[in-house]
Amino acid sequence: MTIARLGDVAKLIRSKNAGPFWLTLDVMFDDPVVYRAVRDQQVVSVDVVSRLYRQPTERLKVFAHDSALAIKVSMPRPTSSGSPLDSDVFGGQQYAPLLDLEVHLQEDMPPAKPLPRSEEIE
Amino acid sequence: MLGSGFREESIRRGVDFGARLIGCDAGTTDFGPHLLATARSQFSRSAIKRDSGVILKAAVQAGIPLVIGSAGGAGGDANLAWMRDIILEIAQENNLHFRLATIHSEQSRETVKELMRKGRVIPLTPEVPLTDDAIDQSLHIVAMMGAEPIQAALEVAEVVVAGRSSDAAIYSALPLKLGYDPAVCWHAGKILECGAAAVAQRAAPDSMVAVLHADSFDVFPMRHDYRCTPQSIASHTLYENADPFRLTEPSGTLITLQSRYVAIDDRAVNVSGSTFQAAATYGVKLEGARLVGYSTIVPGAIRDPKIIGQLDAWLERLDENLRERLRMTVGDSLKYQLNVRIYGRNGVMGSLEPQDRVDGHEVMLLWDVISPSQELSHAIAASLSHMAVHNPIPEWHGLISGVAYPFAPSEIDRGPVYEFHLNHVAIPDTPTSLFPAEVETV
Repeated sequence: MTIARLGDVAKLIRSKNAGPFWLTLDVMFDDPVVYRAVRDQQVVSVDVVSRLYRQPTERLKVFAHDSALAIKVSMPRPTSSGSPLDSDVFGGQQYAPLLDLEVHLQEDMPPAKPLPRSEEIE
Repeated sequence: MLGSGFREESIRRGVDFGARLIGCDAGTTDFGPHLLATARSQFSRSAIKRDSGVILKAAVQAGIPLVIGSAGGAGGDANLAWMRDIILEIAQENNLHFRLATIHSEQSRETVKELMRKGRVIPLTPEVPLTDDAIDQSLHIVAMMGAEPIQAALEVAEVVVAGRSSDAAIYSALPLKLGYDPAVCWHAGKILECGAAAVAQRAAPDSMVAVLHADSFDVFPMRHDYRCTPQSIASHTLYENADPFRLTEPSGTLITLQSRYVAIDDRAVNVSGSTFQAAATYGVKLEGARLVGYSTIVPGAIRDPKIIGQLDAWLERLDENLRERLRMTVGDSLKYQLNVRIYGRNGVMGSLEPQDRVDGHEVMLLWDVISPSQELSHAIAASLSHMAVHNPIPEWHGLISGVAYPFAPSEIDRGPVYEFHLNHVAIPDTPTSLFPAEVETV
């Protein structure tokens, strides 16, 4: 068993506005085995994101997107994009706290079975 | 996106392949509220003219329709007029002839207030308070049209320049009119709206083609060195959407929970299994921008560990001293905001920052004074910068100079600043009622 940081095993971690009032973060993988480990261990869950980003859980949405091998987090922006209190007009630099989250990987994990359908996860 | 560029040969290749429509999204709210507020375009006139010229010539010569949505960037009437002018100029220079439909999406304050009175303006999450006063402060309001106004325009024109539009509607309008499955049309439109953004590795913006079938569509890039993979296409529903499985359009919701993405070859992907749920009530999103005030900023940096170690107390002391001074100089009932971003602590993430502390040996403070006039903001910033540099700490006895200003003058006037102040959906009488069009022969 090894412990890996998402920043080291993800293909891409990014954030972006979803319209002027929402922020959305994507954690994307190449390897279905790693993706499934992250998804099944709930590495990026509502509770984890709530703690990291100091947001009440009811403001957060977390999705597992199996076809994209991606976990997605969405939350309302603290302030609308480009307004006087905003500090990131594109919302592009809000993902860094996700890089240090840890996933447990087994040395000889079995090849991924066909994934069940995507869903919203708590 | 129109103005960000694509290869002319990619468009030619798409037309040679048998394309029945060229669509191009020209707008976004990404750059901020100032573009809607001031009716300006992010991209230069020459950038827009180059891209428009390529697709207009290709479409007219091939005898296929061209739809440009969210014209001019924000889609307001002035943005739309600017775009129409560019189209007319290209037509004249190249001796192109066609019927042009221009679809308006700008809404008057009265129209929006009337809709509010009828209870037909519904807040979205997060809820932004909306009053008649807030509407009166709007510099411009646009509604985001669905497929129907574009379909109506395609009945009478070959070239459609539309105001603020649903990105996907630009591409779905024609096939929906021809009777294709709504799920296929909307999902294909959603993939096409960012062009080659949905390829596996994009070097520069370019174009994509979708081929629609009865219950699925194929999608592939026009540049030979680009590839679409099932993962890259599936991933595109993540981009800029809060919910990757439910994509809301005026007439309903595209549901991609059961979508299947299958490689046809090493560059093309077939997408099937999406569904479209018709909305109980037809609704169009509103966007509005208002003036917040005039901004003067002051960037200044601190290297002294004794000041950095008590930054909050130091800032609080500065704030007290400044307020006292302003009471003496400009009066008590002063309306101004003073915001400070602290780079090296939480300047990028603000309230979302988990590591809300200074780890490094220097910090950058970026003060932002916003008031009803540039003159007042500048006056406040000038007092602020002078007070900040000499703001004392108990550890040093005597007058200090505690802030390093990188620029002289230290105060930078930024002009008017704006905000998006509508996050609402309007229920129109009909899908086309808020979007009048003009048709002309060019």
